[in-house]
Amino acid sequence: MSTTNIQLDRQGRLMHFLTVEGLSRRHLTEILDTAESLRGVAERRVKKLPTLHGKTVVNLFFEASTRTRTTFELAAKRLSADVLTLNIANSSTVKGESLLDTLRNIEAMQCDMFVVRHEQSGAAEFIARHVRPHIAVLNAGDGRHAHPTQAMLDVFTIRRHKPDFPNLQVALVGDILHSRVARSLIHALNILGTGDIRVIAPRTLLPAYVENLGVRVFHNPAEGLRDVDVVVMLRLQKERMEGALLPTEREFFQRYGLTEERLALAKPDAIVMHPGPINRGVEIDSRVADGPRSVILEQVTNGIAARMAIMSITLGNHARPTGGKA
Amino acid sequence: MRDAEFLIEAMAVQLRELLARRGIAEPALVGIHTGGVWIAERLRQRLGIITPPGRLDISFYRDDFSRIGVNPQVRPSELPFDVDGRHLVLVDDVLYTGRTIRAALNELFDYGRPASVLLAVLVDRGGRELPIEANVAGSRLELPADQHIQLTGPEPLQLLLQTAP
Repeated sequence: MSTTNIQLDRQGRLMHFLTVEGLSRRHLTEILDTAESLRGVAERRVKKLPTLHGKTVVNLFFEASTRTRTTFELAAKRLSADVLTLNIANSSTVKGESLLDTLRNIEAMQCDMFVVRHEQSGAAEFIARHVRPHIAVLNAGDGRHAHPTQAMLDVFTIRRHKPDFPNLQVALVGDILHSRVARSLIHALNILGTGDIRVIAPRTLLPAYVENLGVRVFHNPAEGLRDVDVVVMLRLQKERMEGALLPTEREFFQRYGLTEERLALAKPDAIVMHPGPINRGVEIDSRVADGPRSVILEQVTNGIAARMAIMSITLGNHARPTGGKA
Repeated sequence: MRDAEFLIEAMAVQLRELLARRGIAEPALVGIHTGGVWIAERLRQRLGIITPPGRLDISFYRDDFSRIGVNPQVRPSELPFDVDGRHLVLVDDVLYTGRTIRAALNELFDYGRPASVLLAVLVDRGGRELPIEANVAGSRLELPADQHIQLTGPEPLQLLLQTAP
């Protein structure tokens, strides 16, 4: 996919945020630094900045989501934008006329940003190719392809605990095959120069040629989790399962679920992450999910700051200079 | 190039007198990134203020977002004290159009309701576009628009005066 071309302008500035692929470390670091500056806003009396005052953000959710939708809404509101969320059920295909019609109608409402979630890979890019030039498009998850804002909030959370990416061991465990979160996170970790990225999964839940993503593959958690700094558990995508890739959830938990015993293999100060919503007792034991090394709820908090950063950077890059002194 | 410490001493003298006149014993200083933060720390030492200075990065409050976007070098704002009911001294290096100070005031009030806010600047160079004036200024001069004045630091603090090409 040639998404990289469309999300950057000729000066290499981020105009849309569709995928982490093809971005440079400078792009990612700018997002992370901006998110760091925005994180404190939530602790103030007025949890709001005037930055996007007068802008209109439209959340186009063709696929159900609670956490992603609400954190995008909050992020836009904390930047003073007006927000409209459309939950569009029964979406037709990306190529269908109805999507373009929807787009034209919403464009006619003078909005400045689309946040798109769609079950089809490439939907956000399709929209970015067809919107009017002043509109920024953010990908809030497209099929199995990418979930770049989740990847950014994940690396943001990792950096706040363990900023030395070249000396970091990160393990992603579980359903890599169906996970756009895993794909985007692996790209982001590679761009930031992460020393060792591991995926731990049964063969049936790994995409073909997964090694080409720049990861080391393990099928046994007892080997893969040894001495890691970060454990990222992935949600078992039950709704995406086509056919029986797994015997039972119970067996999955026995072989791959993160328990305190397995976590003991990691470094003593390892952190545990999960993009949510968690399946307790399927991919993660409650004692780990609620335990002292879990940063799962911190990820939610950081998600707002990361999305605020991406919104303000992409909309800011659509700014048009008109002269005048600072 | 000029030594800025001399001007900071002038600021300290004026500020000490102003605070005494107003009966303010322990104000909190708030420096505006980046130069204002350096100056606020030096003023704090000279005035014997105990409260650590706050720092504001007003990037998200600028009035020209739709022209220039977000400053990629933005840093977190940090006010390590309760703003409510507090007497504050906002500190910046150069006062020019007044737009930065307007943005800083807006940001301050999102932290709470201060008892009062004073403005102390190293150089007031004229050229105001808003009704904002400094209570304390190390130096006041009228510079033409093509002149650029900038504080470099933190060690040593020096004022650079440049003419736009």
